[in-house]
This record gives sequence, structure tokens and C-alpha cells, in this order.
Amino acid sequence: MADLTTDFVGIKSPNPFWLASAPPTDKEYNVRRAFEAGWGGVVWKTLGAEGPPVVNVNGPRYGAIYGADRRLLGLNNIELITDRPLEVNLEEMANVKADYPDRALIASIMVPCEEKEWKAILPRVAETGCDGIELNFGCPHGMSERGMGSAVGQVPEYIEMVTRWCKQYYDRPVIVKLTPNITDIRYPARAAHNGGADAVSLINTVSSITSVNLDTMSPEPSIDGQGSHGGYCGPAVKPIALNMVAEIARDPETRGLPISGIGGVTTWRDAAEFLALGAGNVQVCTAAMTYGFRVVQEMASGLSQWMDEKGITSVDEVVGRATPNVTDWQFLNLNYIAKAKINEDLCIKCGRCYAACEDTSHQAIAMSEDRTFSVIDEECVACNLCVNVCPVEECITMEKMPNGATDPRTGKVVDDTYSNWTSHPNNPAATAAE
Amino acid sequence: MANSRLTPGVVAQRLGDQDYSRNFADKDPLLDTHEAAVAADRCYFCHDAPCVTACPTDIDIPMFIREIQTGNPQAAARTILEQNILGGMCARVCPTEQLCEEKCVREVAEGKPVEIGRLQRYATDTLMSADVHPFTRGAATGKKVAVVGAGPAGLSAAHRLAMKGHDVVIFDAREKPGGLNEYGIATYKTADNFAQREVDWLMQIGGITIETGKALGGDLTLDGLRGDYDAVFLAIGLAGVNALRAEGEEKTHVTDAVDFIAALRQAGDFGSVPVGRDVVVIGGGMTAVDAAVQSKLLGAEHVTMVYRRGRDAMSASEYEQDHAASKGVRIITGAAPLRLHGNGAVAEIEFAYTEAGPDGLTLTDNTFRLKADQVFKAIGQTLDGVPAGLELTGRKISVTGAGRTSLTGVWAGGDCAAGGDDLTVTAVAEGRDAAEDIHATLMGG
Ligand SMILES: Cc1cc2nc3c(=O)[nH]c(=O)nc-3n(C[C@H](O)[C@H](O)[C@H](O)COP(=O)(O)OP(=O)(O)OC[C@H]3O[C@@H](n4cnc5c(N)ncnc54)[C@H](O)[C@@H]3O)c2cc1C
Ligand SMILES: Cc1cc2nc3c(=O)[nH]c(=O)nc-3n(C[C@H](O)[C@H](O)[C@H](O)COP(=O)(O)O)c2cc1C
Ligand code: SF4
Repeated sequence: MADLTTDFVGIKSPNPFWLASAPPTDKEYNVRRAFEAGWGGVVWKTLGAEGPPVVNVNGPRYGAIYGADRRLLGLNNIELITDRPLEVNLEEMANVKADYPDRALIASIMVPCEEKEWKAILPRVAETGCDGIELNFGCPHGMSERGMGSAVGQVPEYIEMVTRWCKQYYDRPVIVKLTPNITDIRYPARAAHNGGADAVSLINTVSSITSVNLDTMSPEPSIDGQGSHGGYCGPAVKPIALNMVAEIARDPETRGLPISGIGGVTTWRDAAEFLALGAGNVQVCTAAMTYGFRVVQEMASGLSQWMDEKGITSVDEVVGRATPNVTDWQFLNLNYIAKAKINEDLCIKCGRCYAACEDTSHQAIAMSEDRTFSVIDEECVACNLCVNVCPVEECITMEKMPNGATDPRTGKVVDDTYSNWTSHPNNPAATAAE
Repeated sequence: MANSRLTPGVVAQRLGDQDYSRNFADKDPLLDTHEAAVAADRCYFCHDAPCVTACPTDIDIPMFIREIQTGNPQAAARTILEQNILGGMCARVCPTEQLCEEKCVREVAEGKPVEIGRLQRYATDTLMSADVHPFTRGAATGKKVAVVGAGPAGLSAAHRLAMKGHDVVIFDAREKPGGLNEYGIATYKTADNFAQREVDWLMQIGGITIETGKALGGDLTLDGLRGDYDAVFLAIGLAGVNALRAEGEEKTHVTDAVDFIAALRQAGDFGSVPVGRDVVVIGGGMTAVDAAVQSKLLGAEHVTMVYRRGRDAMSASEYEQDHAASKGVRIITGAAPLRLHGNGAVAEIEFAYTEAGPDGLTLTDNTFRLKADQVFKAIGQTLDGVPAGLELTGRKISVTGAGRTSLTGVWAGGDCAAGGDDLTVTAVAEGRDAAEDIHATLMGG
């Protein structure tokens, strides 16, 4: 079995699976059980400043999006940071850390954007013995209305300023948690980097309304007939998170900045994908909230099995393996030519590929009297839509055309040499081909 | 095809080769990857799942199904085999409709459980066909354990003991290891020589020697084993059979169902196994069903199972009964055999209907006769050849805790030990638990 031990910014944990700051990490009882179930670390539910804690709504805080058979695909919440007193949380954190020295324990913090507030809380957090802190600049609801959370995360200057304070008043690793509710994730990441952050973590939740009740005309979740936008998470947000992780991993200004990947991690495979795109570990919230703490066991066994099969012996070796393959559109090889191919033996003759291509794409699929479906190479642009809508795995595949063959659509001979948009004749700004 | 279904008497070659291969082919073939994905997707990953509680070996079912969902059948297999080293056989033979699948929340809610057994087979077959043995032996302890009986209980105990670093010798009276996996289970449940393949796979752990053709009571004595080994595990199953106690039982072609089944399992060529035109099987358990169904599959024209009590009391599950019916077996309940007629060979068998009263079952005057040129007795197996000095409970070896018998240093499990159902999976669980207890005892002192 491959070794899953992880060293993330100097913080060691037996595996790369941490619980994200959220209800699963809101108290000692949960965190102890999480560690017993096998989680490598936790980011404690976000702490607020000293004084009366925030209050949550007393009605539903979650809304959900389902797939077939009521599989939960997306969760939305309007919960705030911890609503338990600061002292209670700090004491519990110290207890847990003392009993689980081999697990990572991170304090998530969100206090108003004033130096004195941060200066006040940091030493108290340090006393718990936790391994580092995470600055919650991400929460998109409630706290943002009070000038915290994503209200800070959306202003790179604030991020940099607060990160600097933290580096000044706290001597262990500082992780900055980013909000996805922004147009270009590289700016807040750069700000964190410039402020001296040891790492960034992302994503926090995506602003959303899950649904509208058409009888009451209230958005869901509904509190006494009204709703508020909440934060979306779970499997549905993974593609958004993966892209943001990759953007930061390959940005020349932040390249090498450690990343904790968050957003929709549900299985070992999701985790491996985050790692491959450059995350040094992953954090999980919705999967644990949907299936319980035991899901980590599948994540660990699956990742280790996969690593064994690939001959990979440490998590570090996975990190960033796919990053070099993420590029800009303009650098994609335009001489790579493929055609869809339908395997008639596997085809169940549903005709979904035909409907998709005929109605909405390139009229490149032919249908015979006896419902045999075949690709018309003269029309096929290899868009992949038929593959995506086909219910049978591997039934439709994309086949690369060999060097020297003639593409019947364009009449051009396939040339295996790499060539991209930057040198394409149709590009007004084209440079000469190398 | 020298004969046909209509040929009178007990003869071989009633069907063509193709019929035999079709009839005895794998009953529930391996799921393909897509089918497994769809089946696995139905699991809810229940908390403290009822299916796990219902499994005698406590396999973490939601976890292994989740591992299949995430495209990792080998990890799933490991999850299964950690609890049940014969998970491959159990996936084929467990009456899941009475165990895990009966308790599946989707069975309760929709009458359609997650197909746990078939998913288990998907995982274990994937691992075994990759020829991976996911366990390694612990450091050698220098302790020696004798296991008597190479059936599921003995094999399970031996594997666990070997894993713990003990040296194990398994003795078995028969020619091949496997116990009823090899000599009893219906052919179509364990096609393609699976029983022996599984034993070979299990032996990859190392540290286990199997000595076949060695019987306790024959070459071996319990005292001798106790002297030569640090511990003894008895897993001798039920080698005896109950007598019918009906007049004419000694007539030709009146035999024990288990012998017929064993011969069928060992026949390289199904066409060589003789079967009657009119077969009557007496009994209501899994053995009776298997004898009846397999007689039909061999080409018998009429096969009737007769059980003395009502349908509810039959130990063959409803699923097994339906399976028999679907193969054309007629099931008569509430009738017991009185006498067998025939001149030398059996020709007819006479039954009386029974009545359940306060004093138990009584025969009524209402009788009927069935034509029968072959009769199989399947009215239960019994413990046979148990060494003197062991206390019994009823007709089985008494055990306390994890299989401790009344003699120190001697454990027992599987069908020969009191308690638990007579099922492959129960034998595996008892073998495993006894091994853990033996280990704790040997290492504790
Ligand atoms: C026809 C039939 C069909 C069945 N079908 C199913 C099924 O579909 N599903 C299911 O779960 N269960 C089924 N069972 C029950 C299941 O096979 C048994 O519960 C299980 O095999 C018990 O395992 P065991 O290891 O205790 O004994 P066995 O499998 O009986 O093994 C005992 C071993 O001990 C050996 N032995 C016996 N006496 C001695 C001796 N004196 N010295 C040395 N060795 C000895 C025997 O040769 C044998 O190999 C069936 C049983 C029968 C008879
Ligand atoms: C109910 C709920 C409460 C959350 N509270 C916090 C919080 O207090 N602090 C924080 O940094 N993130 C919070 N999050 C965001 C999660 O930590 C995580 O970033 C997000 O859910 C994406 O991961 P996931 O797809 O695995 O759920 C919360 C999420 C949920 C669902
Ligand atoms: S999960 Fe259900 S029972 Fe538990 S607090 Fe929420 S609403 Fe109440």
C-alpha cells in the first residue's frame, strides 16, 4: 500500500484528506470522531472575534440539487461562522490537538478587517497548539454583508494587508482561503502570495440560489417565505474549483505557492485530480455531510490503490503532474484531427447522438432504416457532443486521424507537426510559424 | 445422446452436449463494468447498515460498494476479503435473499435490494483474475496448528492463522480440499472449477500445508494431534446422513442426495452421470433443491420434491424454491414417505399426508403413490466420527465463545459445531473467529 503521508507547508498528516472548515469541524465531539474514522486533518469551523457569537437562522440552512435517484449533487447553505463562544472552541481545539498530535489541526479565522482584531485573536489561537491558521476570506453570505468573508476576499488589497498582519503576529503557517465569487482567481491568489501567505486554499462556496418554490414563490431554503443567496458546494462545484486551482498553479506569479484543494471532493479520484492539478492536499465538506465521516476510508484506499497501480510511492509525486498540460486555448494543437467513431456492437440504438448532432451540431451522424447510427466523416468536427450524450461508456470514441491521411471534411492532408492559433493564417495577429 | 428424457430407468446421456453445457453454466454470470456501476450506484452508503449486521462475516458492504462506485474493484475486494477470505465463494452461494439483501433498505422500501452478492463477486473475481493476493504473512511465531477439515471453516481458520505467522497443517479425509465447496454446492453456482481455484488462491498466503486422504479416526487421533500441535481446530462438517426409516429404503437407486451431488461435481463429463426418468427427492432443504434441480438439468423427465411439513418450514429459501419450480421441479409439501415399492430397483414410492398437531407431526390415512425409478434422500446431514471426550450439544460439538470445545487446546467451528446456521458464510465466520481466539491464546501465554 502506497504511503499517503503528507507534508503540507510543514504540517504533517497521515493522509492528504482534511475536513474543510464547516459544521463537521464545529466541535470537539465531531473532530474526535472524524480522526477516529481516519481523517488526516481538520480545519476547525471558522472562529469569530471575542464577544457574543453570531446567531444562525432557526429554519433550514441548506438547499440541495439532486441527480437521478436523488443522489445529492450540489448543496447550498446560509450558515454563518461558528455560533459557539470563542473560549469554548479554543479549549476544545487544545484538547483535541493534545490527544491527536499526528493529525493536522488548523484554526480558521474571520474577524473584522482591523489590525487590532487580528492582533488580539492570533496569540489565543496559537496557545491551542494548532498547526496553522486559515483566513476565511470566502464566505459569500451573511458575513460578507458585515464586511468580512468574501467582502474581503473580493478585494486583493485587503487580502494582502490582512495576510501581512497574520504573518506578523503569528509564527506558524498561514493559509489564505479564497472565494470563487470573483472574475479572475489569480488576483486574490497573488495578493495572498504578496502578503506572505504560506499557502492558499480554495474554493469556498459559490453564491447561489438552489431553487424557487413555485407555490410559495420563495427561494429555497426558505425561512418564513423568504430566502437569501447561499453558498454552493458539493460535486457540482468541482469543475469550477479544479480550474481555479490550475490557474493559480500555472500562474508565473504564484507558481510554487502551495494549494489546498477544496470543492466537491467526494471520492479518491476527485482528490487525485486536485493533486494532479497542483494541490498539495484536499479539504472535504459536502461528501462528509452527505455520507458521514467513513467516506475518508474509500478515499484513502482508492488513492493508495491507484498509486500502487501507477508505481507512485508518495503523494508528493502526484502533486502537479497534470499542471504542465494545462495551457491557454491559443496553444492547443490545431493539427490534431479526430473523428467520432460509433461501435455498432456496443450501440443500443437510442439515437441520442443523432438528435444531438442533427439538431444542435454538425449533422454528422447518419441513421439508417434499421436504426444503425454511423458517423459521416465529411461533416464530423470531432466536437465530442455525441460521446458526452451517449449513455453507453466507450460506445462512441474519438479517433485521431493518422499522419498523411486526408480529412474528408476539409480535404486537407493530416500533418502531425504541432501548429496553433498563434501562427494560423486566419489570425490577424499571427506570428510566423516556428 | 444415446438416450432421451423418456428412456426408462437410471441412465446416462439423456441430453446432448450443448444442453449439458447450457444447463450447468454459471447461473448468475459476472457483471460487466457498466452493469456493476449501475448496480453499485443504487447503494445509499447507509449508516450502521442493516446489510452488514445481516452478514455473518460482517463485511463492510457499503464501503466495498462505494469502492466499486469509484472504479476501484480491487480495493473493494480487499475490504471484502479482510472479513471473509472466501468472499468469492460466498458471493456465489450465500442465500443473500435471507441475509444481506433481505435487510437492504431498498428491499424494504422497493422490494428490490442492491445486488450485493453479484457486486461482491464482481469485486472478488476482478482481484482473483488479476492474480493478486492482498495479504501477507506476519512474522513467524514458531507455533503449529492442526486444522481438521478443509471446508470453508477449516480454510478460513487456516488463512487467518497463517496471516498471524503460525504454521498450519490442514488434514482432510477426502481427495481434494474445499469441503462442500468442492463436493456439495450446486454446479451452476460454482462453475469453472472455482472451488479449487479459490483454494489455490487462498494458499498464496504461505505457511499452510494441506494433507488430503488423512482422516481423524483413521490415520489421525485427537490425542496425537494435541500432542504434536499447539492447538487443534476441528472443522469436519457433517459427514453422516440421516436415514429415511421407511420400508424398502435398501432398494436399488435409493441413495443419499449428497453422494449424487458429490459424484456430479466430480464428473468431468455431465453426460456420464446417470439419472432416472422419474426422480423423487425427499427433503426440504438446500440439498434437496440442489439434487432435484440438477436431476432435471441432467435430463430427468419428472422430478418431484416431497417435504413432510408445510412450505414455510422448508429450510430452502423462497428464492431457492422458485428456482426449483422454474426448472420444472414439482414441490409437494405435507407428505412423508411410508414405503418404497419395486422388484429389486425402486419403481414407486408411497406417501402419507401429514398433519401438524399438538404432539408434532402425524401421518394421516390419506396416501398417494409417485412413480420413481430413482429416489434421493435429503433429510439432513449429521455429525459423524467425532472423537471421544468432546462434549456435545444436541448432535453437534459444544462450543463456548469463539469455538472453544470442552477440551483445552481444541477449537471447533463450521457445521460440526453447535450454534449458527449451516451455511458456507457461517463456517467462514466461525473459522476466522476461532483463529483469532487461538492466536490470542497461543500468544497470550
Ligand atoms: C448439497 C449442499 C448444498 C449446499 N448449498 C449451500 C449453498 O448454496 N449456500 C450455502 O451457504 N451453504 C450451502 N450448503 C451448506 C454449506 O456447504 C456448509 O454449511 C459448509 O460447507 C460448512 O462448512 P464446514 O467447513 O463446516 O464443513 P464442510 O464443507 O462439510 O467441510 C468439512 C471437511 O471435513 C472433512 N472431514 C470430515 N470428517 C473428517 C475426518 N474425520 N477427518 C478428516 N477430515 C474430515 C470433509 O472431507 C470436508 O472436506 C450446502 C450444503 C449441501 C450439503
Ligand atoms: C454548511 C456549511 C458551512 C460552511 N462554513 C464554513 C466556514 O465557517 N468557514 C469556511 O471557511 N468555509 C465554510 N464552508 C465552506 C467549506 O469549508 C468548503 O469550502 C466548501 O463547502 C466546498 O467544499 P465541498 O464541496 O467539499 O463542500 C461551509 C460549507 C458548508 C456546506
Ligand atoms: S439534521 Fe435534521 S435532526 Fe439534525 S439538526 Fe438538522 S434538521 Fe435537526
